[in-house]
Amino acid sequence: MSILLNKDSKIVVQGITGRSGLFHTQQCRDYGSKVVAGVTPGKGGIHIEGIPVFNSVEEAVHYTKANVSMIFVPPPAAADAILEAADAGIALAVCITEGIPVRDMVLARRVLEGKKMRLVGPNCPGVITPDECKVGIMPGHIHRKGKIGVVSRSGTLTYEAVKQLTDMELGQSTCVGIGGDPIIGMKFIDVLKLFNEDPETEGVFMIGEIGGGAEEEAAFWIRDNMKKPVGAFIAGVTAPPGKRMGHAGAIITGGKGKAEDKIRTLQECGVTVAMSPTKMGDAMVEAMNHSPKKKK
Amino acid sequence: MNIHEYQAKEILNSFGIPVPRGRVALTSDQVERAAKEMGGRCVVKAQIYAGGRGKAGGVKLVHHPEQAQELGKDLFTRKLVTPQTGPEGLRVRRILVEEAVEIAREFYLSITLDRESSRYCLIASAEGGVEIEEVAAKTPEKIHMLTIDPFTGLRPYQARKIALALGLQGSVCEDCVELILNLYRCCLEKDCFLVEINPLVVTKTGWLMAMDAKINFDDNAMFRHREYPDMLDYSQLDTLEINAGKYDLSYIKLQGNIGCMVNGAGLAMATLDVLKEFGGEPANFLDVGGGATREKVAEAFKIILQDSDVKGVFVNIFGGIMRCDVIAQGIIEAASEVHCALPIVVRMDGSKVEEGKKLLLESGLNVQIGDNLGDGAARIVQMLGAGA
Repeated sequence: MSILLNKDSKIVVQGITGRSGLFHTQQCRDYGSKVVAGVTPGKGGIHIEGIPVFNSVEEAVHYTKANVSMIFVPPPAAADAILEAADAGIALAVCITEGIPVRDMVLARRVLEGKKMRLVGPNCPGVITPDECKVGIMPGHIHRKGKIGVVSRSGTLTYEAVKQLTDMELGQSTCVGIGGDPIIGMKFIDVLKLFNEDPETEGVFMIGEIGGGAEEEAAFWIRDNMKKPVGAFIAGVTAPPGKRMGHAGAIITGGKGKAEDKIRTLQECGVTVAMSPTKMGDAMVEAMNHSPKKKK
Repeated sequence: MNIHEYQAKEILNSFGIPVPRGRVALTSDQVERAAKEMGGRCVVKAQIYAGGRGKAGGVKLVHHPEQAQELGKDLFTRKLVTPQTGPEGLRVRRILVEEAVEIAREFYLSITLDRESSRYCLIASAEGGVEIEEVAAKTPEKIHMLTIDPFTGLRPYQARKIALALGLQGSVCEDCVELILNLYRCCLEKDCFLVEINPLVVTKTGWLMAMDAKINFDDNAMFRHREYPDMLDYSQLDTLEINAGKYDLSYIKLQGNIGCMVNGAGLAMATLDVLKEFGGEPANFLDVGGGATREKVAEAFKIILQDSDVKGVFVNIFGGIMRCDVIAQGIIEAASEVHCALPIVVRMDGSKVEEGKKLLLESGLNVQIGDNLGDGAARIVQMLGAGA
């Protein structure tokens, strides 16, 4: 078992005829993912790399029963692509696109409220269930099938964490890159909930960074609800205070956002925090061995 | 992207929000002339990309044009350091000269993005002015917040609720409702992360006016606002940061001597953290983007080496899908082009790692290979320590 993706997931790629869309479609297929369709408006009817291309997600779903969408549509049309996927009955959309305007995402997220579709991203590396299905741009070869769920706001730092886990023989059930944008679909807590209920996931590693209050929110949820050990790393302990304009950001976060505060809150909530990015794997081992939430 | 106060006020004014009469001056003589035009008694305001100017001496009421000119001279020749600029401060290249306004009451008003609710949020307080963050921390009940549903937008009754909470009555209250609705319209139409009026004032003659304004644009929305780049004041940005921006690299100058090149912001931050842990001091933050290309790597390398503080370079690329031999070629090309003899440590991961390592080791550069993040950081710190 795993969360979000498994070997039966059927993938449609929105923006399949673009350069990176096509490249990563091939990479995902080589990994073993079932890519059943592509969508590029105006190019319906052609085949690319043997994959049928449709004019709309609705058509693609109708003819191929696709249930997962991987989105590579350029920023001006990306929010529209997300909503199109939701309207077509897609269960999970993974939006890789970087650079979507915030105003578009505020509206898109509002439209998704109450809809069944889950959104991961935008501006994220994607989701992978090792040895079964990869929907995203992460390197498949560093992953190993196993029992640790990984959830992260970062891209390449997630690869570093996964590699350390794999090197310490801690395989992964599913790895979810939720993306670093201010407005995203699934947040830490949404993913933690799924891992908490997934029988194959025995522990979770969470990667956060400075800014915002998402890690704190997650920490309190873990304290109150999580049945499994959690390890974490927060990037940016030594980041210098940036230049800033105005006061609104500081008022709204109420002083949250600093790495030290996030680390302290996580620790107070029973999370084992790696104090160095070279010790992420070790922190997870420690969490699995010593956490009071260790599975009996 | 930030803009100056005077630009923000022009934008607010185009959305029907009243601002004081003013002129922008580029020289101290222009400051003097503008002061005469305002009637002698006026406010001289240094334009920099940061707040907290008042306490740093960047905003002053003057009574004669000569006094304005003197102040202009002083401001144009020094850097302003405020709690929001960082210790290095910012140069003043433009000065706003405004009519002096008799103020009866001051408020705080802004719209910004609230990550938690994934919506825009209106923030208002009757305790406007410089101490607003303190007010928020100590007396949060004095801050009024309202998250805006993008489906309905901001409704007049909601704006009125805020205006009433600020203690406004009668026609000023209705003026404030209209102002708040206009502010939201401005925020959306101009794709802002932040629009802030602090203080919003009621004048002694009973008019609402934005005395200070800040706007921060959403860079991602640049494609529908071709006018944004023209508004940028390059004097407010670091030269290397501007160069980096041209190649879509994210670069921030720091105080140390180890140049860093990393792909991905999170990994870049973690790399700085680990360098410090091993006793090194990073000279910069540089993110070449998640999927670094050979060209980007080459340009990034040149930008790092333009900083004369840099005594060694640490490259940390976790490519995964990217080919390490291609990245290695980018490094070698750039280093040879600028005749770099500095110690370099490269930590790479991805496909064709062995080929990439071989290319680097045979390149004749002063380069070592780090086996992993910790090993790489330890090596560059040690190489610099040995050279010192």
